[in-house]
Amino acid sequence: MIELIIIALSLFLLFIITLWKRRSPANLREISAFTRLYRTLGLSMEDGTRLHISLGRGSLLDAHGGSALAGLAMLRHIAERTSVSDQPSVASAGDPALGLLAQDTLQAGYQAAGVEELYVPTAGRVTGLSPFGFAAGAMHIAQNENVSANIMVGHFGSEAALLAEASDRESVIMIGASDDLIGQAVLFANTQDALIGEELFAAGAYLGAGVSHIASLTVQDILRWLVILTLLGGAVAKFFGQI
Amino acid sequence: MRVFTAVIAIAAGILILGGYFLQNIFPALADVQTLLLNWAIIMAGAATLVGIFNLISVHTDKVRRREQGSIYSALLVICLVAALLFGMILRPDHSAMKVVMSGIIIPVEAALMGILTISLLYAAIRLLRRRADVMSFIFLITAVLIIFSSVTLPFANIPGLNTFGRWMTQILALGGARGILIGVALGTLTTGLRVLFGADRPYGGN
Repeated sequence: MIELIIIALSLFLLFIITLWKRRSPANLREISAFTRLYRTLGLSMEDGTRLHISLGRGSLLDAHGGSALAGLAMLRHIAERTSVSDQPSVASAGDPALGLLAQDTLQAGYQAAGVEELYVPTAGRVTGLSPFGFAAGAMHIAQNENVSANIMVGHFGSEAALLAEASDRESVIMIGASDDLIGQAVLFANTQDALIGEELFAAGAYLGAGVSHIASLTVQDILRWLVILTLLGGAVAKFFGQI
Repeated sequence: MRVFTAVIAIAAGILILGGYFLQNIFPALADVQTLLLNWAIIMAGAATLVGIFNLISVHTDKVRRREQGSIYSALLVICLVAALLFGMILRPDHSAMKVVMSGIIIPVEAALMGILTISLLYAAIRLLRRRADVMSFIFLITAVLIIFSSVTLPFANIPGLNTFGRWMTQILALGGARGILIGVALGTLTTGLRVLFGADRPYGGN
């Protein structure tokens, strides 16, 4: 029952804060990785290179679905921005269902930009079904397809190091975020601006994907404070022998 | 069409969520939830086939256009089609298929794991060149201390290092990991709710 209350509370907060944020502008703290990403979007259009967005190998049927959906939200925005480029963005996924959604999301971005006829289905790819198979396929894109930036947002484990290594060898900018602790440690050591923890879910808000993305950041902050207060309350109650 | 897909997706999401929490009040929801999840599993299986055809289509296209690195694409398509055909004819438990698995696929993945070890070591060495800040120093010092506290040193054990390593992994690292995972869980929750109620629709176009 507690779970249902948390979900209902989150939904209520999300709804109220979305309405509120429509009236007042968002004030987001600066995250250097997103600043770099924003700059990279413009630069890739100008210098005729493409972006490679890797969505990881998180399945939509398990707990990693959240990070995959966050990656798709970002892909939608990037696809819209880069659809008219000479070298349109490429998306890779390590899960077949995620690969299909990546194609659908790319197409939606092209539709929104009014250039649906430029959409090529092979821009959304499944590069492999095992962690290393996926990484090997994604490395191939980074090395051979005139890529200027690798953007990794989703579920990645230690195999992220292989993709990072390939990016580094080709002097390609790398921005990475994972919901996996090992993946985060690997990306922290391998990228210039690492995204840690829930920063992965902030990509949509920072790229201007909509008010609901900004509202969900505020909801996360409120829920985080509730968790902190609950933990502190539990510790104090235990100290006084109430639990 | 967009509205139609959104209605189906939202209804399916709400029914599955209801099946988790309200099955004691509405027992029929549990059956609906099982049915929808079974459909999802079947569709995920079908998506695997579509994914394989996507992989073949991307790489045959590269071979046809003679793009850079197309020799690897040709090799991939040949091996993929051969493994698929022989797997279907001989069945996966045939000794020849087991040889392919244990003689090629597992060693190749193990080799990639070996390369990964070197890549990580190299990344750690380059970390300070890439980003010389306090967090990078803490990251490297922690990694070195944890490594030295977990291995048997050839000369002698440094007094207190094992205890310090255990304290570091079981108190500091565990606490930090839990904090990060709570943040990820909250992000997953709000992202899931956005998709569940149609604010984000990564399906059916816009």
